[in-house]
This record gives sequence, structure tokens and C-alpha cells, in this order.
Amino acid sequence: MTTFIQQLINGITLGSVYALIALGYTMVYGIIKLINFAHGDVFMVGAYIAFLCVTYLKLGLLPALIISMIFCALLGMLIEKFAYKPLRNSPRISALITAIGVSLFLENLMQLLMGADSRVFPRLVNEKNYHLFHGKVVVNNKQIYLLIITILLMLLLNFIVKNTKIGKAMRAVSQDMDAARLMGINVDTTISYTFAIGSALAAAGGVLVGLYYNTINPLMGVLPGLKAFIAAVFGGIGIIPGAMLGGFSLGVIETLVSGYGSSMYKDAVAFALLILILILKPSGLLGKNIKEKV
Amino acid sequence: MKKRFLVYFLIVVVIYAIITVLMKIGVIDDYIKLNLFLIMLNIILAVSLNLINGITGQFSLGHAGFMAIGAYTTAVLTTLEKPLPFYLTLLTGGLLAMICGLLIGLPVLRLRGDYLAIATLGFGEIIRVIVQNIDYLGGASGISDIPQGIDWTGYFVVTVITVVVILNIINSSFGRAMIAIREDEIAAEAMGINTTLYKVLAFMIGAFFAGVAGSVYAGSFGFIQPDMFNFFKSIDILVIVVLGGLGSISGSIISAIVLTVISALLQNYPEVRMILYSLILIVIMLFRPQGLMGKKEIKLSKLIPMVGGDK
Repeated sequence: MTTFIQQLINGITLGSVYALIALGYTMVYGIIKLINFAHGDVFMVGAYIAFLCVTYLKLGLLPALIISMIFCALLGMLIEKFAYKPLRNSPRISALITAIGVSLFLENLMQLLMGADSRVFPRLVNEKNYHLFHGKVVVNNKQIYLLIITILLMLLLNFIVKNTKIGKAMRAVSQDMDAARLMGINVDTTISYTFAIGSALAAAGGVLVGLYYNTINPLMGVLPGLKAFIAAVFGGIGIIPGAMLGGFSLGVIETLVSGYGSSMYKDAVAFALLILILILKPSGLLGKNIKEKV
Repeated sequence: MKKRFLVYFLIVVVIYAIITVLMKIGVIDDYIKLNLFLIMLNIILAVSLNLINGITGQFSLGHAGFMAIGAYTTAVLTTLEKPLPFYLTLLTGGLLAMICGLLIGLPVLRLRGDYLAIATLGFGEIIRVIVQNIDYLGGASGISDIPQGIDWTGYFVVTVITVVVILNIINSSFGRAMIAIREDEIAAEAMGINTTLYKVLAFMIGAFFAGVAGSVYAGSFGFIQPDMFNFFKSIDILVIVVLGGLGSISGSIISAIVLTVISALLQNYPEVRMILYSLILIVIMLFRPQGLMGKKEIKLSKLIPMVGGDK
């Protein structure tokens, strides 16, 4: 039982990172129906920016986090403007291939600039372990930081989407782009903002992962990026609470698989989960079925 | 028709003869020969992926997984105590990949566009993870000392057979049905085309030749490991197909040659090579989304009037 609780805690920690990245995926997909393959790499860039801030500018966790989020927000907008915007009316496959291209570009540019080896992410918080259940369950203070920051960011996102003008515009554009345009919403600006917010969340995820695992490398975004996508699909792509649910579930399932089975198979299980959900309920756990129109 | 066949046949024989002679007199050294092998390997992979992605319009990102199946089949069967002949393992590898193509294709091909892309990517990765976890297959360090079973002639013949078979499929009523599905799946279904059948068929044939390519790889380079068949390998093949033009077999062949040569020149700068690859993808999608050749083929009848047009 205590092992189960321990795995659950680890799973929720991991899941919160997936959820942060999945939110960006889901928002972008909800608006322009594009799987932003480069999203996982924005996550990686975020981790590197924070790494640079902490190592060379000697900043603390919070300033580094904020700088990295701002930088990645701009990066996201830039990617959208140069790579995706010109393709908005082309077949979706073209946009998907471009996204793969952007993803490869970021990975290899970072390898060229920073080297392909892993870097040690500086320790920003003094580690402290809390023992529960007579010492059988260990909770790390980094895990608590991670969870708190994630939840705060999710609440902030919820506030933005529900209560601000830009959030309202985002919801309108995701419903119907043309109708939103007729209502006087600037669709381009809205899409730009969506990319900015999504990328900032991914950056935060990257910083937190760096903090948690103490190591970063240029390919660190590939798997979490794919898994976050799986999480988004699992919860119902385009649905914000779905992304959170999917992220947390995937994190827990993965740690349970590595805890009780073999950690070697955890990636395979994630993909198998994706295929299962796509076959059984393609719209995701929280999604509604929409009939295809001719 | 017969005249056309003869001319094509002659051209292939002449290309083969020239390269063989160049090898004999030492103009083509071992290094160039190695790259020649890689070019032909990429042609097999790109042409077979093009049947799925370009002709049938189903976006698959799992080609490296099928390649892994072929490669491991050959590696295992030729290193047994009583090794099987290479070409038998080649066929077995292809067939096994084909069966996996069927098993994967049936459920997954119900998905469309980007969902299909991710699901096939997932399958490719699952195959890799499974292979990596089977100790018998050497785990992450792979299998080495695979006996050399294929030489330049074998390479050439396998490549030509692949291209000829796929071209014939495309030009048959099967191919028409596949193209119809690419153009508009719902309309094709309404016209009475069994879309599932043709999609799965295209997927299986593509998988078969990817398996063959894997076999050829294992039988010529003598060493394989799971990481050679990861997601990035699938992307490599995709870049070739996209650059050549989704739907153009001659485009795939040309771009396989061009990109393999570029890779060979940049082999000491892997990051630069990948940055170049990614920029090719982005720039092509932005400025020439149909690829170099679009959906067109180079036709001999256009180059040499005496050959005569299509039927």
C-alpha cells in the first residue's frame, strides 16, 4: 500500500509536467487544429534559458522561471509567424511536416550552440525529504514546489481563458474562426497570444523538469513532447481540463508501470495507451463525438 | 508497349554495366560504394513510404519500425547455428513486416491525418522498445557480426525490383483506387471503393519493402542496434519523400540520391546536416509544398520521342 502511495506521489509530480506541456498542445490544437510538434522543443529551450540565467546571471528560481517563460512566449509567437501562419490555408499535412521541421531545427540548433551532452542544472533549492507513514513514503520538497507552481499556473491559465478579453477571443476563435472574424475579433493576434501562452507554460515545465532531475539536454523535449500530446489526446484534445486530466493520468500510469512492471516499457505503454484511446474513444475522455462532414 | 519495356530494360542494364565497370577499374572506391549502397537503401525506403504517404495519402511515421523488423529477422536467421540463406531471410523479414503492417494497419488506419501520424509513430517506437528489451536480440547494444549476404549486384536487383513492383502497383487499378482515396476518401468510398482494403494493402506493401530494406541493411553493414530505427530514422525517410514530392516515384529516387550525397558530404557535422534537413522541410512546405516533382513522374516518352507514349 505504501509503495502504491509513493508511486502515486511520484506519478502526480511527473504528471503535472505533462499537464503543463499538454495545455499548450491542446490550446494550439483547439484553435488552429495543428499538432505543434515543436512544442516539446520549446519546453527544452525553456529549460536551457533558465539554465543560462542561473549559471551566468546568478538569478534565483523565480526570476529565471519568469525570464524563461517570457523568452519562450516570444519564441512561440515567432515560430507561429514564420512557420505556421503562411500555411494556415494549406493541407494539414503540410503544417504537420513544417512542425516536424521546426522541431528538428530547434533540437539541432541547440546541439550546435550548447553541445549534445547533458548539462547539470544548478541546484536552486535545498533538498529536504519529508517522511510519511513511518518513513515508508518519501516526499521531496522539490516535488512540492513543482506541484505548487504547476497548480498556480493552471489557475492563472484558467483565469485568463475564462475571465479576460483575450481568453474570450480564444474561445470564440476555437469555436469558429470565420464567425469570430466577422464579430471583429483579430484572429491573427488571438492565435499569436495562444502560442505565447502555450509556449510559456511549456517553458515553465522545462524549468521545473530541470530543477527536478538536475540535468538537461537538447533532446529532452522529444519524449515529454510526445507524451504530452498523448496526454492531450487522452483527455480530449482541444479541451483544457482534458489536458490536465490526461497529463496527471499519464504520469500516474507511467510511474505505476515502472514501479510494478518494468521501467523499460513505460514509453511503449504510453504509446499503446494513445492507440487504445484513439481506437476506443477518439475524442478523448472528456470529448464529445462529432460526426464528420463531407 | 514491348518497345517501351525494352528501352527501360536497356537503360537499367546500361546503368548497372557502367557502375560495375567503374568499380572494377577502381574509379568507385569502397567509400563511394558504401554511399551507393546507402542511396539504394534510401530509394527502397522512400519509394515504399511514398506508396503509403504520397499515393494513398495516409500519413505514416512508423517506417523505421518496419525496417527494424526486417533487419532483426535477417540478423537472427543468419547468425543461427545453421544459418538460413540471406535471400530467404530477406523474404521472411519482408513478410513479417507485412504481417505487422496488417495487424497495425487494421485498427490504426481508421484514424486520419495527424492522428494517424502519431499512432504510427507510436507503433514504430513500440517495436523499437520491445526489440530493445528482448535479451535474445542483444538489447540496446544490438547484434553484430551479421554475415555479409548481399553485394552490389544484389543491391541493384532488389532496388530495381522494388521500384518496378511499386510503379506497376501505382499504374494498376489498385493504384487508381489508392490515388482516389488520397484525393477524397469520402468520395472514393461513395464510388464503391473499399477504402479500408486499399489503405491496409498500401500499408502492407509499404511495410514489406521497408522490411526488405532493413534486411538488406543488416546483410550488408553487418551490425544493427535498436537506436538505428528510431523516430529520427522515420523522419529521415519522410524528408526524402517530401523533398521529392508526395506521390512522385521518380521524385523520391532523385531526392534519395541528392540527400544521401548531401549527408555523405556533411557526415562530420551531424548537427549541421540535421539543421539543413529541417530547413529543407520548412522551406519546401512554405514555398513548394508539392515537393520538387509534385505528383509528376519523369517519363521516357517525353525525353526520347521514339519510345512512344503511354498505351
